[in-house]
Amino acid sequence: MQNNKLDIEADVNNLDTVLAFVDEQLEKYGCSPKIQMQIDVAVEEIFVNIANYAYNPEIGLAGISVETQEEPLAVTITFTDNGVPYDPLKKPDPDVTLSAEERQIGGLGIYMVKKSMDNISYEYKDGRNILTIKKNL
Amino acid sequence: MQFEKNEDGTVLRLTLDKKLSAVTAEQLEKELAEKLVGVKDFTIDMAKLAYVSSAGLRVLLKAQRQVAQNGTMKIINAVPEVMRIFETTGFKEILNIEN
Repeated sequence: MQNNKLDIEADVNNLDTVLAFVDEQLEKYGCSPKIQMQIDVAVEEIFVNIANYAYNPEIGLAGISVETQEEPLAVTITFTDNGVPYDPLKKPDPDVTLSAEERQIGGLGIYMVKKSMDNISYEYKDGRNILTIKKNL
Repeated sequence: MQFEKNEDGTVLRLTLDKKLSAVTAEQLEKELAEKLVGVKDFTIDMAKLAYVSSAGLRVLLKAQRQVAQNGTMKIINAVPEVMRIFETTGFKEILNIEN
């Protein structure tokens, strides 16, 4: 089992650094393009949510910890922030059957995370939002 | 991202590459605000695009709504990973996607 952590300012402009960090941890497992993109999109959606809402209008820190386990091969990524308590899993799923005119974009990001990850959980503990996603590789 | 426009400014072709993330979607939104004026036939070539997040979907939907007022927008050459995003989110039904 390996565990590496990045602490970084929750700013959208740091997104590429965050994705590069996550990809580096996964590199040796040779994930398929499908799984790699699902993980990267999930990481983006959660990090951008923290960047936009957790400390707004201030900028605070986000922690991204990547833990990999073998047999069965899986990655668990934990996001922490000290911002306002917010459980994204409570947000209702968007109606993905509406027409282009009626479509709302709010909630689509976290919906994509729910659909593509094998597990997702949230807790608020010791003044921190802790969101964890798990994907089997 | 690369834009090609015809002489009278009604036909626009956009070639996207790599990622349509929160960072690049913001750049694209700014470019489109200017480039879509007067466009009736808008094609987005996604052959080299490997990644779309919800920020990217938002900009695509906004472009679709804008062009639909007096023209058509279509997406061509989307790779399987990107098609899967369109399917999961129901965007396959609301965008005009040719493969």
